[in-house]
Amino acid sequence: MAAAEFDTPKLKEYPVIPRLQEGVMKHSQPYTAKSEFQEKLGFPGELVDNWQQVAIDKMGELNKKYRSLGVYLDSCVKCGACTDKCHYYLGTTDPKNMPVARQDLFRKVYRRYFTLPGKLFPKLVGAEDLTKEVLDDWYSYFHQCSQCRRCSVYCPYGIDTAEISMAAREVMDTVGVGQKYCNEIIGKAQTIGNNLGLPEPALIDTLEGLEEDVEEETGVKVRFPVDEKGADVLLITPSADFFAEPHIDGLIGYGKVFHQAGISWTLSSYASEAANFGMFIGSYENMQKLALRIRQAALDLGVKRIVFGECGHAWRVAYSFLNTLAGPFDFLDPDYPVPQHICEVTHGLINEGKLTLDPSLNDDMVITYHDSCNVARASRMGDTPGGQFEIPRNIIKAVCNNYVDMPSYSIKEGTYCCGGGGGLLTDDLIELRVKGAMPRMEALKNVVDEYGVTHMAAICAICKSQFSKVFPYYDFSMDQIISLHQLVSNAIVLTPENATEDNDGGNDTDDENQAEAA
Amino acid sequence: MSLLTATFAFLFYIATAILVIFVARKIWIYAQTPAPLKIPTTPAPTTRAGVAFRMVKEVTIFESLFKSNKWIWLFGWIFHFGLFLVLLRHLRYFIDPVWGWVAFIQPFGKYAAFMMIIGLAGLLARRILVDRVRYISAPSDHLMLLLLIAIGVSGALMTFVEHTDIVSLKSFLIGLMTFAWATEAGLTNMPNDVILIVHLSLVVLLMIIFPFSKLLHAPGVFFSPTRNQVDNPREQRHVADWAKKLDSNKAN
Repeated sequence: MAAAEFDTPKLKEYPVIPRLQEGVMKHSQPYTAKSEFQEKLGFPGELVDNWQQVAIDKMGELNKKYRSLGVYLDSCVKCGACTDKCHYYLGTTDPKNMPVARQDLFRKVYRRYFTLPGKLFPKLVGAEDLTKEVLDDWYSYFHQCSQCRRCSVYCPYGIDTAEISMAAREVMDTVGVGQKYCNEIIGKAQTIGNNLGLPEPALIDTLEGLEEDVEEETGVKVRFPVDEKGADVLLITPSADFFAEPHIDGLIGYGKVFHQAGISWTLSSYASEAANFGMFIGSYENMQKLALRIRQAALDLGVKRIVFGECGHAWRVAYSFLNTLAGPFDFLDPDYPVPQHICEVTHGLINEGKLTLDPSLNDDMVITYHDSCNVARASRMGDTPGGQFEIPRNIIKAVCNNYVDMPSYSIKEGTYCCGGGGGLLTDDLIELRVKGAMPRMEALKNVVDEYGVTHMAAICAICKSQFSKVFPYYDFSMDQIISLHQLVSNAIVLTPENATEDNDGGNDTDDENQAEAA
Repeated sequence: MSLLTATFAFLFYIATAILVIFVARKIWIYAQTPAPLKIPTTPAPTTRAGVAFRMVKEVTIFESLFKSNKWIWLFGWIFHFGLFLVLLRHLRYFIDPVWGWVAFIQPFGKYAAFMMIIGLAGLLARRILVDRVRYISAPSDHLMLLLLIAIGVSGALMTFVEHTDIVSLKSFLIGLMTFAWATEAGLTNMPNDVILIVHLSLVVLLMIIFPFSKLLHAPGVFFSPTRNQVDNPREQRHVADWAKKLDSNKAN
């Protein structure tokens, strides 16, 4: 399955709904997980002998555990509202990438084994036996869904294909057909603490190097602490922030914000990962194991708050699930929501006037903002619905003078996924990733041509990695994608006084601020 | 009692029983099945009242569908609103004396049959003409529209072209509801009209199909977690019963 040759879609001036081309993405399958990685997560190492029965039993079990599944499988009327909403359909033209058709791969089996008409008149209602071909289709097309939930916005019943693809992936894992990329990563995060498999000494080393770099550049000693007991804030951030570009510039931004606000903070080597790939494979148990590491780290380090760095689906798990999976967090400071997003922290500090910002330092750029799908449609920031759209934009406007939004259908709740979410950010799916990015690229090109936009900011590790990779296919350069906190980092004016104070008695500053916060 | 009357009496009892029992069973299953995680499609309301308002908009003006596709919205809404008026109008055949507001909507309800038919025809046209919708349609999806169209057309024929003996029909229906066949008065015979027989047969068929088909979207939408959940996961834990035993893995 080496990267096959493929054509990068042409960008049009206006979005055009493509005509169907059946089967053009059937070949797109990610590598399967080796047995050792499967077994680590409690799944069989290879396809079990009686896999049909195991799969059907699992479908029945999931149908009892998740109301979403039964309601969504029963309720679809095939109205077609979702058919032109998926970026993978728009980019690939394969009809099985239309949300309803993707669901139908699962629904037709559900109908066959769990509904009366499907048992009696399968042809009439589009029910089908679970055959090897169907399983093969599942493996192809449920790994062409980034669980971005755009379809769920437009469905009159709120049917969320993400729920179906999570269930399908869980069934596939249960019969022994897991995806290499996701399952190896979950294994690493559960044993080492992060998706990259970066052990503690390497992490400490990396961050020490980062401290030196930032001091060299700014003349100020901004700290990037690891495992510091008694810090106020535990920062949980995607491990890509530790050295990928442009992620690391965001991490520098968080550090500068904490530094200037005088908030003491720490990373944890035990929970050094915000991303929770357990969600991608629909596994409550695996998702919970990862979430519990965060709870454990907060307890061990005795922190008062948990703050998450820039990561889209991580923020979904954090905002929407963490309290349920690993709460209650009654041992933390009740004055702060658990968890907080770094954007909520920065936004709050800007409003309180605690950051010295010079937006003209970003005058060399015209910025647009990519709403990451899981932040936009599966979470919130701040107190009011839609805060997840306004807070990042308000931060950007506070640190930049030139900001432009992309066309309205492609932002906020209608935002297009970057094309690499949901466990698809792997080179064996590069064709899918390039084609799936097409709608976002088209919207970006629109504001680049019209308003001279030079950079797109994002708050998701996957988005950032994905765009750095696919930008060149669309004649953008890979450094045109930046971290939102990179903009903050550029605009923060650090004074060397701060540095002296910090060196001599950094703790004093922290204490004052703790008092203030309390 | 004629054979025809006896047959339809039997069919109506069976169809009503199937409709009520199996839809109630589905609703029971939906209500009993947990939604173990908070998954509202955001931005979502942060209060129960807000969720109620979101749901009202969803089921009255089809808010999400409106955002999605104006043609489907237009045809879908015209059909559903027409059906709603038609159903209300039909109350007059089941109550005596007829309530004032049912009498008032009678003219609207009569012409609403055309809304129904036009909406359904539009949806059917899309199903045939739009390649994406054609691709996702099973035979049952076409048949469902044809069934509803046939019900609408046969009903409209009786309203506007070939009237049936509506007084006998009403007496028959009320007789069914009051079990008149068990009394001395007996059950009034229903009119022996072809159009009426077609109309009622299709209605019976629809009632039987309802609980086993995509028509379950009607109760289903109220149980859709992406639409009916309050966005408050940071404030409130949301642990399903089956997840509670996993909860003990937790350190303190």
